[in-house]
Amino acid sequence: MADAGAHQSSRSRDLDKLLLRPGHLVGPAFEPGTELRDDIQEYARILVVGAGGLGCELLKDLALSGFRNLEVIDMDRIEVSNLNRQFLFRLEDVGKPKAEVAAKRVMERVSGVNIVPHFCRIEDKLDEFYSDFMIIVLGLDSIEARSYINEVACSFLEYDSNGNPREETMKPMVDGGTEGFKGHARVILPGITPCFQCTIWLFPPQVKYPLCTLAETPRTAPHCIEYAHLIKWDEVHSGKTFDPDNPQHMQWVYSEALKRAALFSIPGVTYTLTQGVVKNIIPAIASTNAIISAACALETLKIASGCSKTLSNYLTYNGVEGLHTKVTEFVRDKECLMCGPGIFMELETSDTLKMLMDKLGDEPQLLMSGVSVKHGGKTLYMQAPPELEAMTRSNLSISLFKLMEESPKGILHVTGTAGKPGKRQSCSTKLRVAFKGVAGIKDTDMAGGA
Amino acid sequence: MIKLFKVKEKQRELAENSNGKPPVKKQSAGELRLHKDISELNLPKTCSISFPNGKDDLMNFEVTIRPDDGYYLGGTFTFTFQISSIYPHEAPKVKCKTKVYHPNIDLDGNVCLNILREDWKPVLNINTIIYGLYHLFTEPNHEDPLNREAAAVLRDNPKMFESNVRRAMAGGYVGQTFFTRCI
Ligand SMILES: [Zn+2]
Repeated sequence: MADAGAHQSSRSRDLDKLLLRPGHLVGPAFEPGTELRDDIQEYARILVVGAGGLGCELLKDLALSGFRNLEVIDMDRIEVSNLNRQFLFRLEDVGKPKAEVAAKRVMERVSGVNIVPHFCRIEDKLDEFYSDFMIIVLGLDSIEARSYINEVACSFLEYDSNGNPREETMKPMVDGGTEGFKGHARVILPGITPCFQCTIWLFPPQVKYPLCTLAETPRTAPHCIEYAHLIKWDEVHSGKTFDPDNPQHMQWVYSEALKRAALFSIPGVTYTLTQGVVKNIIPAIASTNAIISAACALETLKIASGCSKTLSNYLTYNGVEGLHTKVTEFVRDKECLMCGPGIFMELETSDTLKMLMDKLGDEPQLLMSGVSVKHGGKTLYMQAPPELEAMTRSNLSISLFKLMEESPKGILHVTGTAGKPGKRQSCSTKLRVAFKGVAGIKDTDMAGGA
Repeated sequence: MIKLFKVKEKQRELAENSNGKPPVKKQSAGELRLHKDISELNLPKTCSISFPNGKDDLMNFEVTIRPDDGYYLGGTFTFTFQISSIYPHEAPKVKCKTKVYHPNIDLDGNVCLNILREDWKPVLNINTIIYGLYHLFTEPNHEDPLNREAAAVLRDNPKMFESNVRRAMAGGYVGQTFFTRCI
């Protein structure tokens, strides 16, 4: 027993320096002590999204940082080309789900850690699944996937009557990303630091070659690959959609790109380049993943424990020539449709959609006319084009309470022309709607930024 | 943060699933921006838009163009639009559903229009694209060929190009290729 105890204390020795001692640079609610260490082990539930290059590193780093309740979600299976950097996987694992193998390997190596794998798409999980985690850590390579998680996390956020985000509804995200020798780590506290949508322009747009260049005047290997992918595929497989995750499809594009390259005497088409161009990915470097993951794991620990102030709020790392890192404090887009407070309105359950639209015209913050309204996946009213106007007109006389499935409160999105005369412009905003006199709402739920 | 989460975890254990409402489908940023684009559409009389999947799927729609000038006068051309969840960070995917004899549109419906690919910017919108497509019909251009034969004929023999376009739109063969009637 004495040995086990000694082993335990040596394992958390470095962590204890952060969690058991007071300091000057700590977060506001930091209470050092063994209770904090134990609470992190017992209560902190962390989700890692992605079990690829970054995900493997993240799971290992988080497990070694004292987190014991981890879950990981990834829809991919292991490929041979992953093995150079996704170090939790072995040759015999090829073809198995990444999430399952990664979870198993880390649990084998780090005693006391429990990792639940989820071999599925992120969209397959309900919001309740995401809501259960204290922090969501992202190790992804696509903007779409990041945007999706961002939408989910921001949808939990509520604001109080002073327009301040309610801390208990905030779902922190820590995001890592790498491309070759470059990477970033960022902390997203929805309502406080910018969300993905606030700063989506940070992601460079995908390179798109003119189709006529691909068809007529290819000059580079990527031109040949994109020709096979975008033009030749349709010509040969009429109607069948290209699936970038299907190795046979990728192989077909590769062989067609080779033929094209031979025709125009263009060197450099390889299978790896084909994957890179088609999926818009730059080859990953193991050391970049390790560095970015370490930064992300540390930020996760800081958010959970308060043992230090968090990164504010975006770290970039560049190891192309020498080494350069920098932290930039980006600011939120106050009107962000994802993380912004929007406008609060209290309505009667009998108020019709038309009455809401009239109120938007009177609302001093908006003075909105020509209003179109959306609720979740439903288009409630479109003032144009005529076809959609006709399809949605009947909703105008229906009570909004009914249109919103009799929920005591909810979110609408409205667009129209807003502002004072002379300064009127196109405007899109979020409306937080609450219905008066509906049971089951607390004062705080009713409160809003207005 | 852990204190707060600890309290929440304990509450969660006590009251599992308190509300029985089905979850409201979330809107991607792309859908919200598109909603704005669509509600602000200002189309010329020659263009119309339709939503084959109904009013709740705005992300897939069709635009029909009936040119009132130029070689393609009298024809009806339909384009399909597919909008991504990260629109306008990414341009819409646009294809021509009508088989057309055109230097900048190939026989599989790929369209060579700069703002759909290399010159796309998030400040552009659906209206801009529709105007761009309309202009392809009033001003077809032999310098960005996707249909090489058609481009060469337009460049070297505009009269013959005109008659080829007429024949294709009326339904018939141009060279080895059959076009269905679209007038
Ligand atoms: Zn935001």
